[in-house]
Amino acid sequence: MKQRSTNEPAATVNDPAMAQTVSPATADNAMIELEQLSKQYRIGNQPFQALDTIDLSINRAEYIAITGPSGSGKSTLLNMIGLLDRPDSGSYRLHGQATEALHEEQRALLRREQLGFIFQAFHLIPRLSAFENVALPLMLAGLSKREQQQRVMQTLDQVGLSPQAQQRPNQLSGGQQQRVAIARAIVMQPPLLLADEPTGNLDQHSGGEVIELLEDLNRQGMTLLIVTHDAALAQRSGRQLQLVDGAIRHDLRQSR
Amino acid sequence: MRAIDQLRFTSQVLSRQRWRTLLLLLTISLGVASVVMLTSVGEGARRYVNAEFSSLGNQILIVLPGKTETTGGAPPLYGTSPRDLTLEDANDLARIGNVRRIAPIIAGTAQVSYGNVAREVITLGTTPDFFPLRSLTIGQGRALPATAVDTASSTVVLGATLKQELFGHANAVNQWLRIGERRFRVTGVLQERGESLGMDMRDMAIIPVRSAERLFNSAGLFRILLELKQIEQLEQTKQQILSRIRIRHDGDDDVTLISQDSMLSTFNNVLTTLTATVGAIAAISLLVSGILIMNISLISVSQRQREIGLLKALGAPATLVRRLFLSEALLLTGSGALIGTAFGELAITVALKLLPQFPFYAPLWAELAALTIAIGCGLLFSWWPANRAAGLDPVLAMRGETGGSHQ
Repeated sequence: MKQRSTNEPAATVNDPAMAQTVSPATADNAMIELEQLSKQYRIGNQPFQALDTIDLSINRAEYIAITGPSGSGKSTLLNMIGLLDRPDSGSYRLHGQATEALHEEQRALLRREQLGFIFQAFHLIPRLSAFENVALPLMLAGLSKREQQQRVMQTLDQVGLSPQAQQRPNQLSGGQQQRVAIARAIVMQPPLLLADEPTGNLDQHSGGEVIELLEDLNRQGMTLLIVTHDAALAQRSGRQLQLVDGAIRHDLRQSR
Repeated sequence: MRAIDQLRFTSQVLSRQRWRTLLLLLTISLGVASVVMLTSVGEGARRYVNAEFSSLGNQILIVLPGKTETTGGAPPLYGTSPRDLTLEDANDLARIGNVRRIAPIIAGTAQVSYGNVAREVITLGTTPDFFPLRSLTIGQGRALPATAVDTASSTVVLGATLKQELFGHANAVNQWLRIGERRFRVTGVLQERGESLGMDMRDMAIIPVRSAERLFNSAGLFRILLELKQIEQLEQTKQQILSRIRIRHDGDDDVTLISQDSMLSTFNNVLTTLTATVGAIAAISLLVSGILIMNISLISVSQRQREIGLLKALGAPATLVRRLFLSEALLLTGSGALIGTAFGELAITVALKLLPQFPFYAPLWAELAALTIAIGCGLLFSWWPANRAAGLDPVLAMRGETGGSHQ
């Protein structure tokens, strides 16, 4: 496995708006700062408070498990941090940069360069091979064919799936599919990795493999946020956030 | 994203979902092909009639007995008049300076018999000018003798089919046959020629006009065909004809004049309307295929809404997502439309081989309209929903398929 420090933002950033992400303001090591963040959904005619005035600060290379009962706002919080969704009120600073005022295009650029997503249902594109799925972010970033080839193979090697590179998702086991999804999430070497119930669709054994892979990436310096129901899994993290009714009930730092 | 990667992504969508791609191509190409083929029939009919008229030459003027006051609409085929148009009238009209050829016609049906074979056919009494006037050529023998202008002689020219039925492969020229009670000598046989303005010249007997007068015991002319020397003087010539008829008919110009141009333009109007109507029918089929395209596109977009969400989560800007779906729709409908046009043209080529006398032809406007509508439908219906999905926040787009599993 290749060791690579991801404490610094990806070197490919060249957008002026992104330049702020390496400004001195981040010297206090806070990567993510949420202030009074709220989000309301409507389910039928009923308003539903998914997030209720969340204040949260996350440092680099932290390993955080977000737990809580169904409907407590875990996934919504993860989606907010992942710039997949927009809050109704409050502020969210990523690397010291306020995200509320950003255009959709700038948010897309941040997602591409700074964030890696891992979903419970894998979200692989079924018609594409493992290789092509992992290459997607590189394609979107406009890397050359040779560079794509090199980085995809390197990343597939890292998750232990080089032999399955040409197989389609339906030819792979669940654990293998999730590892392809992880490869896709880290192929751009983002500083922040967001996983929404990454083991939810997996058996114990392959779930364990996936978690070990994610923890390994965290040890290499990637900030890791995992949403999970699994108490044992949450115990392994460095910090547990427990959400109830859209608010943080417990923020528990623990030694690993 | 590089252009080559966009192209690869799009072609993967099309090539790895073969059935969906084939179905879409089929619907689009069928719609376009039906427009091309249907309009080719309408346009072919127009060209067919045009060719028939122009084979007569545009310097023809037809004089019908009886006055028809209506103008416009279909040309009258028979006038009604108490006063006949006679051969004497025709001879008088022949003195007009601008008349090159004149062919008075008496028409009737008579029994033509040779040996023990008899056929009831249309028999025309006319003058030798009739043959060049109607562009008829003699296959065997000669046309009517020059004396047939004003004298009754027992000569007859047979149409090719009639000759075949009476004589078979034997020589008919100079043989004697019977028309009604009279004996006629065959001077010639017409060359095989198709139908001409609804008159099947292959199945007719042509005799001198004076002979027909006696045969049918009537001096009334069916019509007079005139060929003018100068078409520019058409109006003056018409006036001359009317004034001569007026003198001969006690002050009544009870004839109807039809010029080639007026007939042609009437037919042209009718047939252009026909083509447009057929085109409209074809457009309906195109609309139907447009709706099919819409359905397939909507289904596929809602299936792929999750993919759109994923692409956005991976950092694809909305403009890029739109461009990907636009190029996919363009590639699909464009190639479908081209296949349809090619298939339509192929069908026309085959039809021309099978029916060589009918000039099938798909007008350019119809092909362009078909292409435009097909591509427009495809773009609108596959791009519009994709465009909407591209504008959503990724989490909403992804939820489109997964049914809120992120909540």
